[in-house]
Amino acid sequence: MIEIAGLKKTYVMGDEQVGALAGADLGVARGEYVAVIGPSGSGKSTLMNILGGLDRPSAGSYRFEGEDVSGFTDDQLADFRRRRIGFVFQSFQLLPRLTALQNVELPMVYGGVPGAERRARAVELLERVGLGPRKNHRPTQLSGGQQQRVAIARALANRPDLLLADEPTGALDTHTSEEILKLFGELNAGGLTLVIVTHDPDVAAQARRRVAFRDGLIVADDHGKVAA
Amino acid sequence: MRSWELVRFAFGAIVAHPMRSALTSLGVVIGVAAVVMMTSIGVGASQRISGAIGSLGTNLIIVTPAFQRPGVVSQGAGAGLSLKDADAQAIAKLDGVAAVAPVVRGQAQLSADGANWNTGVQGVTPDYLVARDLALASGRMFDDRDARQGRKVMVLGPTVVRQLWGEADPIGKRVRVKTVPFEVIGVLETKGGAGFGQDQDDIALAPLSAVRSRVLGRRIRADAVQTIFVKATDASELDRVQEDVTGLIREQHHIKAGEDDDFQTQNMASILAASQAAVATFTVLLAAVAAVSLVVGGVGIMNIMLVAVTERTREIGLRMAVGARRSDILVQFALEAVALSLAGGLIGLSIGVLGAIGIAKLGQWPSAVPPWSGPLALGFSTIVGLIFGAYPSWRAARLDPIEALRRE
Repeated sequence: MIEIAGLKKTYVMGDEQVGALAGADLGVARGEYVAVIGPSGSGKSTLMNILGGLDRPSAGSYRFEGEDVSGFTDDQLADFRRRRIGFVFQSFQLLPRLTALQNVELPMVYGGVPGAERRARAVELLERVGLGPRKNHRPTQLSGGQQQRVAIARALANRPDLLLADEPTGALDTHTSEEILKLFGELNAGGLTLVIVTHDPDVAAQARRRVAFRDGLIVADDHGKVAA
Repeated sequence: MRSWELVRFAFGAIVAHPMRSALTSLGVVIGVAAVVMMTSIGVGASQRISGAIGSLGTNLIIVTPAFQRPGVVSQGAGAGLSLKDADAQAIAKLDGVAAVAPVVRGQAQLSADGANWNTGVQGVTPDYLVARDLALASGRMFDDRDARQGRKVMVLGPTVVRQLWGEADPIGKRVRVKTVPFEVIGVLETKGGAGFGQDQDDIALAPLSAVRSRVLGRRIRADAVQTIFVKATDASELDRVQEDVTGLIREQHHIKAGEDDDFQTQNMASILAASQAAVATFTVLLAAVAAVSLVVGGVGIMNIMLVAVTERTREIGLRMAVGARRSDILVQFALEAVALSLAGGLIGLSIGVLGAIGIAKLGQWPSAVPPWSGPLALGFSTIVGLIFGAYPSWRAARLDPIEALRRE
């Protein structure tokens, strides 16, 4: 599903050019559960941003289901994110003014899903993550674990091909982390492709494949390359 | 993406901060209210002036003696009394003249049945009613025979009747000017309202000769006239008749070519046009000053929108992450600015209309909120919202989603 080759990303910081990715190659097949691990500054977050269509590589190619994402326009990237990708962030990124239900509806609003259908699907998703009774609560009325479940429900709203999670348990205690990881396991068992960026070995241990980053390069891959 | 969903987002953000939104709109409220009030005042004043000038008579040319002997103390129009009965009689023979009314005026104390009233007594000919578009409410106007016979008869305005007799019918009653008794033979229909602050119903008409001899006495020559009203048969004739009248009187007065007229002619249409133009200029000026406050209101909206974009940077990043296009973000914030401005415009329009009605009451003219002030106010506030919302919205849409999501 994902094929990246020679992916480079450099940022200009003042007068210096900082390399975040130095030519990474990676393939991810549909239905995989990949943990991208590495110390901070290793380039794993940059990789996730590019995979999710939030950022463009400086060089190299990124193909998603055969499409060359690196050549997309801003609008094409927006449509790509909306249709193909679900994001889960460390800091949940829920909109505080909206209820859990409205937060889950948001990606479908941009997808042009009619109101009734949107609400029905949002309710279904919140029930799926165990928050049915709390659908009308605002983020401030929910615990961290509950907020992350709402965020996961939101990420699933438009039936993405790929769920990208950036340190999804970084702001949670051990117990809730386990619950979230269990949920990820279930989602993957249901056929969803997951890529999780983490520096937590316990999280990485849950994944079925681990890819290690260091200084913008892949230094280890315990499954070896898998044909897309 | 349905555009009405973006409207919903925009309104959601506005109602999330009701106090801030209200204060942001306040500038536009004040600006629109001021523009609506100023244009209404201008239109009301203009209508009042038209009414006042129109009530003096339509298709009218007014001939008065000119200021004389510059360098000597000016005695004001009419002091020289260069006009004579003969001028009026000559004008009457011109083509396109419907009526000619020579007038002398005096202020006199009228008394009747123990009541007193000081009013302007005008010596006129029977044609005066035609020339000035006056009508009788009761009785009759004096005719040429009354005038020839030197009968002392009077036609009174409603105000004079009310002051002397209250509600009683005055026809046939006697009214004294000094010691001279006049018979009341007619009452004028009310002209209603006041033009130029004068009560046009406070008037007494009598034959020219009677006023000259009995009211003005020795202060005036026996054939002198203070004003000649000339009514043209048609508005299109007005300019030509005015030229003819000027030529005729120059001839009558033996004024040689190159010499100044010893009289002046004014036509009501040009007086009306000049005063309308003056009021229009004044209205535009007032509205322009008011529009400045609209611009200030717009700057207020821009300021708050910039604050909102900064505050909601993470929201913008998240919206982009879940699939919003840059144009969606742009439209959402632009709509928010327009909604703030438009809400201010609606409130300002209501306040402006109420204010205009109140001012019209105080100024005693018909309240004249022009029907286009509604669309104008709302159009203007929409444009203000678009102009001043454009930059903040553009800033929001240009944000880099990664940077935006990272912002605290």
